[in-house]
Amino acid sequence: MSAEVWLACAVAAALAATCGFALGWAASRLPPATDRLVDRIDALLPQTQCGQCLYPGCRPYAAAIASGEADIDRCPPGGEATVRALAVLLDREPKPVDPAHGPDKGLVVAWIDEQRCIGCARCLPACPVDAIVGAHRYAHTVIAEQCTGCERCLAPCPVDCIEVRPVPQLATLKRWPRAA
Amino acid sequence: MTGLLLLALGASLVNNFVLTNFLGLCPFVGVSRRFEAAAGMALATLFVLTLASGLSFALWHWVLQPLGLEHVRTLGFILLIAGVVQFTELMVRATSPLLHQVLGLFLPLITTNCAVLGVALINVDRQRGLLESLVYGASAGAGFGLALLLFTALRERLDASDVPAAFRGAPVALVTAGLMALAFMGFAGLGAR
Repeated sequence: MSAEVWLACAVAAALAATCGFALGWAASRLPPATDRLVDRIDALLPQTQCGQCLYPGCRPYAAAIASGEADIDRCPPGGEATVRALAVLLDREPKPVDPAHGPDKGLVVAWIDEQRCIGCARCLPACPVDAIVGAHRYAHTVIAEQCTGCERCLAPCPVDCIEVRPVPQLATLKRWPRAA
Repeated sequence: MTGLLLLALGASLVNNFVLTNFLGLCPFVGVSRRFEAAAGMALATLFVLTLASGLSFALWHWVLQPLGLEHVRTLGFILLIAGVVQFTELMVRATSPLLHQVLGLFLPLITTNCAVLGVALINVDRQRGLLESLVYGASAGAGFGLALLLFTALRERLDASDVPAAFRGAPVALVTAGLMALAFMGFAGLGAR
């Protein structure tokens, strides 16, 4: 091959190497610090996506906490344990959950009275974690292991056959380690 | 000064990259469903275009031309653009993770947005200086953003309107884009350059 081809290859390789080094340098200079904080806060939230904190879900609430927009006491499903964990993470004073965002009911899951359920399937799209099994004109039921107890299925039910019940203290519940 | 102004006017309106030159149609159709995403895309493209036109000027005049390697310019520019796009992705991820999620795959695809390569090649072909190249890149990006945002606003309206079944989705979007291109022909003759 002629020298020109080698020169072209060398220039292309040098250009690629320069781009690579510049990018590596930029990546080390731009640590996504806030991003990681949001992730860590989000990991402590119960992931009910219930919206009682008045944010659309747990991650937006985590972002709001990280930016200082919202306080840490707005999560009733998480209860005191979550507030305490958040307080430790963010080095703040723990405080009770603000009752304005809902009562702390402890660990609950939804339960459907299958005798009264008419199989309208209206509660299915309401569930943020797809924990309700059912189809049109068949009685629905709740997968207690998946249910986060967010109560979003209560309002759409036309016959009010869904209620939330305290979780029996069984070891089968694989959800977030609230009791821990 | 007037020359630069005319150049900017020409690149953003008269010879709009999307609607007159038909460059960069992929993000134009792909990211025009939601206004926030389109605004993010417009800003990211503007950033990439400006930076890439400046850097490609440097590459052309200080590396490729002195070495007599004019024929590998496409390869060199693509490499450069890929680097700039990756840098933009880093920036977006660090400053706005939500926007990063919304833009998704379309952010790295700016690399293959032919408007970016087009601007670099046109700058070289017309033998523009550094300042001219930067202005041309920035105004091409602004024109792309303008067209994209207008088109997105139209599409959001189309979603809510009663479109005949045969035209729903992509067909009516493409017809709309064609009508927009016709409307942008009204700018022809403005500045006459």
